[in-house]
Amino acid sequence: MDIINHYLYTKEHEWIDIDGKTATVGITDYAQSALGDITYVELPGIDGQVEQFEQLTALESVKSASDIFSPVSGKILEVNDELTDDPGLINRDPYEKGWIAKVEISDEEEASNLMTADEYRSYLESLDRNDGGAAEAEE
Amino acid sequence: MAHHTPLHDTHIKLGAKMVDFAGWDMPVQYPDGILKEHDANRKGVSIFDCSHMGEFIIEGDHAEKDLERIVTQSITGMPIKTCRYGMMLNDKGGVVDDLIVYRMTDKVWMLVVNAANIAKDRRNILKHIARSVRFHDISTRTAKLDVQGPLSREVLLQLLPGIEKLEYYAFDEFDLCGERVIVSRTGYTGELGFEIYCPWDTAQKVWDAVLADSRVKPTGLGVRDVLRIEATYPLYGHELSDTISPLEAGLKRFVDMNKDFVGKPALLKTQEEGLPRSLVCFVSENRRAPRAEHKIFTSDGVEAGDVVSGTFSPALGRGIGIGFLKKEFTSMGKNIIFGDTKLKANAEIVPRPFYKEGSLKK
Repeated sequence: MDIINHYLYTKEHEWIDIDGKTATVGITDYAQSALGDITYVELPGIDGQVEQFEQLTALESVKSASDIFSPVSGKILEVNDELTDDPGLINRDPYEKGWIAKVEISDEEEASNLMTADEYRSYLESLDRNDGGAAEAEE
Repeated sequence: MAHHTPLHDTHIKLGAKMVDFAGWDMPVQYPDGILKEHDANRKGVSIFDCSHMGEFIIEGDHAEKDLERIVTQSITGMPIKTCRYGMMLNDKGGVVDDLIVYRMTDKVWMLVVNAANIAKDRRNILKHIARSVRFHDISTRTAKLDVQGPLSREVLLQLLPGIEKLEYYAFDEFDLCGERVIVSRTGYTGELGFEIYCPWDTAQKVWDAVLADSRVKPTGLGVRDVLRIEATYPLYGHELSDTISPLEAGLKRFVDMNKDFVGKPALLKTQEEGLPRSLVCFVSENRRAPRAEHKIFTSDGVEAGDVVSGTFSPALGRGIGIGFLKKEFTSMGKNIIFGDTKLKANAEIVPRPFYKEGSLKK
């Protein structure tokens, strides 16, 4: 699974790229792979307020729907309109072209509630270990 | 522990995502994903492992008469080597299961049923057949591989010479991988296709032989559901159940009201009283998909029914759904809303099927 070193991450598999007061938000490679082909992205409303770890938007894959949570609190500045006609961008390029929204950060301290790339990598490994354990227990 | 088909290890090796389906550990999708699998089926050839499904043999002088009472479709005088789709009903007119009836010989029949209903179907059939009629459940030794798609005949021609002669809903026996197999021109995708019934131990050889042609792609239960919704084929547990009648599910053409069968008096009664609900198909205004747990509302927001199946349709590029409208809303017009407490989305009721361009009868 690809992980970008200078991004921060949530336990719900969102990433955030902080540039001054602006944060770009998307979902991780792990998340897009687990969801499968993404077929619909509900774009959040520009100027809307979001709270950290509260719902930012929702997206759908062929067989399921998932909520996306905001890694930080703030005001929505911009959304990725290309996802309306081509939601598969998230599958093909989750960390760049598949970004979902840009948020004006209201509280920079909140970044300390997020995982670094290394922490997120360990977190994914722990999920895999748990998965493997569950599968073995079933056998 | 979940049951395994003879191809279970093969699916894992191919990298399939596995899910529980009716007690079976089955491939829901392979690594290429559902959209590519959809393409493979609609434009090329796809192969499904459906070995979890049930097969029964019914045999005897009285089998035809008994089956005629058990199945909604007329089967008397059915030509040998043809099959017919129908349903078994309970006394209340609800559907015990939907099935395909194969006439093997004058006195020997094969029934193909849903995996989740095997035990219930067996009880239902045994209740209604004469003692002289023999019943064999051959599900655990019969594998079933579905080869479906516009190029399926072309691909199978090499392995199964003579297959080009099979008409829609006909079948025959063939030699394949050193075994006698049954191949019917049937399917569940809306495309030209064939279902191969072979001994459990031969399934791997048959799978490998079909997949040796690089035009064939393995496809899972995920896309199978998408394809059947696009073709508006019912799935037991969604459009059909013990408490849904075939008339409500819009399957009247598979019910012969000119004969006697279990459940007919109840159907006559509902017909007289008016159906309590009826099936509708609808298309979302965008790519957003209805889901089985959603409700249907009028454009004014009044709850009017339930969604029973929903998916994103790659063929239409939009969300599509199937649901039941309560009696008082059946003439409410084309514009509806689907959703739940959180989500409300616009959709339009359309005639079925969603997908009309299939190669099914070509």
